[in-house]
Amino acid sequence: MAATLNGPALRPGFAAPVPDSQQVFRRVLAAMSEPGAVQDIAIALTPPAPLDPATAAVCLTLLDFETPVWLDAAADNDDTRAWLRFHCGCPLAGEADGARFAVLARPEAAPPLAGFRLGSEAYPDESATLVVQAASLEAGDAVDLRGPGIEDRRAFRAAGLAEDFWKQRRDLERLFPLGVDLLFASGASLAAVPRSTQIGL
Amino acid sequence: MAEDGYNFAYLDEQTKRMIRRAILKAVAIPGYQVPFGSREMPLPYGWGTGGIQVTASIIGRDDTLKVIDQGADDTVNAVSIRKFFARTAGVGTTERTEDATILQTRHRIPETPLGPGQILVYQVPIPEPLRWLEPREAETRKMHALEEYGVMHVRLYEDIARFGHIATSYDYPVRVNGRYLMRPSPIPKFDNPKMDRSPALQLFGAGREKRIYAIPPHTGVRSLDFDDHPFEVQKWEDVCALCGSGESFLDEIVTDDRGGRMFVCSDTDYCGRRREAGHTGPATRDPEGSGA
Ligand SMILES: [Zn+2]
Repeated sequence: MAATLNGPALRPGFAAPVPDSQQVFRRVLAAMSEPGAVQDIAIALTPPAPLDPATAAVCLTLLDFETPVWLDAAADNDDTRAWLRFHCGCPLAGEADGARFAVLARPEAAPPLAGFRLGSEAYPDESATLVVQAASLEAGDAVDLRGPGIEDRRAFRAAGLAEDFWKQRRDLERLFPLGVDLLFASGASLAAVPRSTQIGL
Repeated sequence: MAEDGYNFAYLDEQTKRMIRRAILKAVAIPGYQVPFGSREMPLPYGWGTGGIQVTASIIGRDDTLKVIDQGADDTVNAVSIRKFFARTAGVGTTERTEDATILQTRHRIPETPLGPGQILVYQVPIPEPLRWLEPREAETRKMHALEEYGVMHVRLYEDIARFGHIATSYDYPVRVNGRYLMRPSPIPKFDNPKMDRSPALQLFGAGREKRIYAIPPHTGVRSLDFDDHPFEVQKWEDVCALCGSGESFLDEIVTDDRGGRMFVCSDTDYCGRRREAGHTGPATRDPEGSGA
C-alpha cells in the first residue's frame, strides 16, 4: 500500500507546529548541551512505522528542503518517505555521504559512522546529524561519557546498537573537530552524544 | 499572549529551523563559528541582531526573559527588546537574574552566578578573534583548522612590551575546551572567569557577519596569558557608592558639573537587590551614622 500526498494513509505531523517545534527544539538543545542526559518529548505523535515519536519529533523540528535525509533500510518505506516529504519537504539522499541528517531505525545494521559526512577542516559544521533509534535508553551496556556539557562523567545506555558502534564512534574522536553528531531516540525519549564527547568503554 | 499579525517571536519558521540547526552544530563544536543565513530584524539601530535572532529561535511561551545592556535592565535598548519579545512571543520578562530562563545580553555577564538550565545569549558585533590580524576569511578559517593561534599571543605580548601589561581589557580572547580561539564579545575581561565551567549554556550571535557559536555547560574557557604575565581581571580602589560591593564590575559616573564622580555597579539588578537587602555604600550611608 503506497501512501500518496493526499492519501488516507498519510499520518499527521505536529498538531500545533509553531509551539510544538519550539518545545522539541529546546529538548534537543538540552540533549546536545548535556550529552547522555535523557530528555522527554512531551508531544503526542503517531508517525508511520518504524519511526518512534521522538525520531519523528526531531524530523519535524529540524528537517526541511535544505536538509537531505538518508533513511536506513528499516526506515526506508513508502509511508515514511511520503510522510517526510509532506511534513518536512526534505529531499531524500540516495547515499549516506550525501545526507545532512540520517535516520537509523535499525542501528544494529547501520553502515559505518565514518561513511557519513564528517565536515571539512574549514567547515566542520557541514557534517551529518544521525538520529539513532535505540530499543531503549535505559538498557544496554553503559558507556562512560566525558567532555563539554558534562560536569565530571555520565553513564549512558542505548540498547540495540551494532556491537562495534561505540568503538567506531570512539575512533572518530581523533578527527575532531570533524565528526558526526548523534541523537538517540527511543519511544518519546531523546539523548545526544555530540562529536565533542569522549567515549569510555 | 503574543499579538496577532506577527510570526511567533517575529521570525518565520523556516528561518528559525535554519538558525536552530546552526545552534546545535555550534554546541557540538564548542567555540567554532557556524555560518548562518542572517535575517533583518526591526530593532534599535546600534544594537545588532545576531543575539536577537538566536533568542527568537529558542524562546517559547514558558520562558522568562531578562535583557541587559552594559549590565543595566533599564536602558532604552534593553526595555525595547524586552517589549519586542513580550509583544511577539507573549513571554514573561524579569530583571532578576535567577528568575530568567533566557538572558539576552550586550557587553556584560550578570554578577549573580547563572545556574543549570539557564541560557545566556550574547550580542556579538565581530565574531572572529583573528580578524584584526588577518582580514581574509579563508585564511582565518585555515588558522582555526590548524590551531595556528601564535599570532594572537604575539599581539598580546606586544602589549606587554609597550605597556608592561596586557592592555586589552574588553573582548579578551579565550580558548574554548582547549581547542577554538574565541571572542567573548565586548564584555570586560572581568567577566571572562564567569564563562569558565558555567553550568549555563552560552550562545553567541553575530548578525552582520552571520555567525553563531556556543559554549556548552561545564566547558573549560581559558583566557590567553603567559607564564610571566598571568591573566588578571580589573580591580578598583573604590567600592560601589550605592551598595558598597567590592566584588562587582564598577562604572564611573559623573554626578555634577563640578567634576564630581562616583563608582557604581554596572549590574543594576545586583546593585538594587543588595540595597534592598540593606547594604549601603559611601553615597547612601547616613553621614552621621557612618562617621564620614
Ligand atoms: Zn552596587
